[in-house]
Amino acid sequence: MSSLVIRSLRKNYGAHEVLKGVDLEAQEGEFIALVGPSGCGKSTLLSMIAGLETVTSGEIRIGGRLVNSVPPKDRDIAMVFQSYALYPTMTARENITFGMESRGVPKAERDAAVKRVAALLQIEALLGRKPGQLSGGQRQRVAMGRALVRDPKLFLFDEPLSNLDAKLRVEMRTEIKKLHHRVGKTTIYVTHDQVEAMTLASRIAVMHRGELQQFAEPHVTYNRPTNMFVAGFMGSPSMNFIPAQLTRADDRVAVTFPLADGGSAVLPLATDVAAERIGRAVVLGVRPEHLSRYDAEIHARKPGIATLSAPVEVVEPTGAETIAVLRFGALEVVGRFEPDSAPRMGERIRLGVDMTRACLFDPETQRLI
Amino acid sequence: MADLSLARVADPEAAAAGRRFLAGRIAIYGILGVFALIYLAPLVVVVLNSFREQPEIARNGLINLPRSFTLEAWSSAWGSYCIGGTCEGMKRNFLNSLAMTIPATIISTLLGALNGYVLSKWRFRGSEALFTLMLLGVFMPGQIALMPWAFVLGKLGLTNSTYGLVLVHVIQGISFTTLFCRNYYVSIPDDLIKAARIDGAGFWRIFRKIVLPLSPPILIVTVIWQFTGIWNEYLFGVVFTSGREQPITAALVALTAGGTTARTYDVMSAAVLIGALPPLLVYFFGGKYFVRGLTQGAIK
Amino acid sequence: MTIAMVDGEGVSFRQRAGRWWPVVVLAPSLLASFVYVVVFTLWTLYISLSNSGLLPSYGFVGLENYASLWANRRWNIAYNNLFFFSAFYILGSMAVGLLLAILIDQRVKGEALWRTIFLYPLAVSFIVTGTVWSWLYNPADGVQMLVRSLGWESFSFALASDRNTAIYAVIITGIWQSSGFAMALFLAGLRSVDPDLVKAAQIDGASAFRTYRKVILPTIAPIFLAVAVVQIQFAIKTFDLVAALTRGGPGVSTTFPAIYVYDLMFQRGQIGEGAAAAMMMLAALAVVLVPYSFFVVWRRRRESRHG
Repeated sequence: MSSLVIRSLRKNYGAHEVLKGVDLEAQEGEFIALVGPSGCGKSTLLSMIAGLETVTSGEIRIGGRLVNSVPPKDRDIAMVFQSYALYPTMTARENITFGMESRGVPKAERDAAVKRVAALLQIEALLGRKPGQLSGGQRQRVAMGRALVRDPKLFLFDEPLSNLDAKLRVEMRTEIKKLHHRVGKTTIYVTHDQVEAMTLASRIAVMHRGELQQFAEPHVTYNRPTNMFVAGFMGSPSMNFIPAQLTRADDRVAVTFPLADGGSAVLPLATDVAAERIGRAVVLGVRPEHLSRYDAEIHARKPGIATLSAPVEVVEPTGAETIAVLRFGALEVVGRFEPDSAPRMGERIRLGVDMTRACLFDPETQRLI
Repeated sequence: MADLSLARVADPEAAAAGRRFLAGRIAIYGILGVFALIYLAPLVVVVLNSFREQPEIARNGLINLPRSFTLEAWSSAWGSYCIGGTCEGMKRNFLNSLAMTIPATIISTLLGALNGYVLSKWRFRGSEALFTLMLLGVFMPGQIALMPWAFVLGKLGLTNSTYGLVLVHVIQGISFTTLFCRNYYVSIPDDLIKAARIDGAGFWRIFRKIVLPLSPPILIVTVIWQFTGIWNEYLFGVVFTSGREQPITAALVALTAGGTTARTYDVMSAAVLIGALPPLLVYFFGGKYFVRGLTQGAIK
Repeated sequence: MTIAMVDGEGVSFRQRAGRWWPVVVLAPSLLASFVYVVVFTLWTLYISLSNSGLLPSYGFVGLENYASLWANRRWNIAYNNLFFFSAFYILGSMAVGLLLAILIDQRVKGEALWRTIFLYPLAVSFIVTGTVWSWLYNPADGVQMLVRSLGWESFSFALASDRNTAIYAVIITGIWQSSGFAMALFLAGLRSVDPDLVKAAQIDGASAFRTYRKVILPTIAPIFLAVAVVQIQFAIKTFDLVAALTRGGPGVSTTFPAIYVYDLMFQRGQIGEGAAAAMMMLAALAVVLVPYSFFVVWRRRRESRHG
């Protein structure tokens, strides 16, 4: 059963269109990540699901019930805010029980609920403290406790990790994943961090300029992005976009583009898709990790590898991997290498390009071919 | 340590810099001291004179070291000195001022807190325009409102009454208190209100349980600002009340204006201090908040 | 945040009532403010165009009151006094306030004490200040008598009793009362300057004086304007200080518009003309405040654009 259904949802502020007709649905127990750059409408969408923003048109259903005009408190949802929004004058315990008090839950029941949640999040020792006396990670836990204690149909997270430092963010990410696994509630999670989306979500909804670009499992979003925006947004460093021409070479469909030395590269495609486009312009999308130092031995065993050589302009070792900027004609192309086989500055490297993983886009519509 | 101090003595440049620094310090404290003297002198003169005997003041001058001591002036100024035919001192006017200032301060602060809450956390279409309208009240010169107030107070039967002054000060004060509170509440994160709404709290519960517990700093600032402002106000007091109903500012002017007879500086000094004491106490005990009020009132 | 306006089915009466609380709470204050700001101003405007004398009456006489106001020598003195006083009072208290703020900003010992001393005059009323200073200015009892009793028999200090200099007595007293205010604002401003900016200037070899003039003071320029605007308001509205200090005298030498309005309305029974004078005060305020508020809005927009 779908626990959240959104149909052609629109939101205008005066003449300004924030959401331009969004369709989305979450199955029971699913973890949906809403990602996109700031201003893409993801937080507005979340606020509308919560009932904090009005609906211009379209519908929102939670657990089958139309909730367009239901106030937030009656929607059976809980929300964790980016700023945590803990009530600063109340202790952690009072923060967690505030909602139950508002709804007139008897004291014994409240105490039992706090006990259960505190044990789950391991915050028993913090219950008597006020938010000002808690660290960032502890606040985060209390905020989650406040949400968990409601036992709602739907959990809403609004960039909950963005105020934490890098190390803590990774820890809490794991924590949230474990928690979701244990509690099993449908969760809508807004983030601008594509790594969070990839690691947490069962499905990712990528948004841009008020429109849903792609709504699919993480690996689909990453490997078969529907358009150049999604392809560029997911993954870091970003996918390389190389303007090219579709031609025929040795009876195969291939892409060709100019190189720095005046020659041109011809890379045969792994499959003969798009044969009807031969002679037309395309955009070749290659992720940095699909470039490697050409090694005849290894690559002989792997089909679909095309080769070309290019000068190396910048090398940035990060320890686990080495990022290098290569020059393809007028373009800078980023590659991600194993430290052992990493290029050296100034070297001219012979590359293997994994064409089985490459994407082709239509330069006009920017869509995946 | 010994090495260091030797090095310092041996270095002529460092010594010169040290002398320049010292000269600078002396200049700084010197100038501050002179100004402090000018600022404190009037207060010191009034305090001393309130404990001197009038004949001695007349003999030795107003600004002089006291050579007599009496509490006579204070008791006279408080309870028995004659102003315009009645001989009750400042007591009644002092109480009038209290009866005017306390309710007006409380009411205007409460209204300001509620208005500020609505205008920052429950905005609706047009609420910014309404806020601007209320803001204009801050800039209105009281003189513009004198005739209309006189008419309205007359119709309400509140002429020459402390209640009338309370009404005038509340309505004039709403602009200030709303401005103060609204600007403070704007800094309370909206997420807090959203979280509370999801938690099922409504308009009043959010105000009582979340906004009000965060308000003491701004409420203190507002109360201090309103209290000193209303206590010190003169124009409305002198226009809308007379004689025994006057607040203390108006009574002070009446007292010190008693032109023809020789000036009784002892009693007048005590009277001035009685009039100045409440705001001064507020200032000395709430100084930090007093300054905050000033900066808020000015910069927004 | 906007209120989620809920509609349609499933909305209980309580929710519907709850939605109106903000408006209900605001309404009384709004009504009062509207009456106070709009109705009272229009009312006074109307009186100023009427033939009201001792009592208000509503015979329309056009601009007659304004004409007779401007034909009056005393009003012209009052209006000129206002400009003269404002200029010296504002510049004086800003200069003193800035000096004190900069001195206190040199990490002096006992900062709280200095601040308390310079600010306390602001807590007491203009009435108290004016009364006490009128004694100090009084040649027979005050400063003049003190100095003469110390042996300098020919010393003369009678600012307030000479019609040519009485306005300076008002100015000095005004500065004494409110330079602490300027100091507090300037000090807050100085403290808000990014310390890295000052360090950068020091490394660039700028002297303390140059650092203030070229780096610190320009960054707190908006505070100068804010102080000036607040003090102009004081100056225009101020009735109490003069009422207690000189009562407009000697003669009419320290008459101000605020005093004149009061006299016309309540001493001389010329309500119509008094209302006209009050409207002129409002006009003077508007001349200052309208451009200022446009400037503030403009600056805020510009900042939010670049922000």
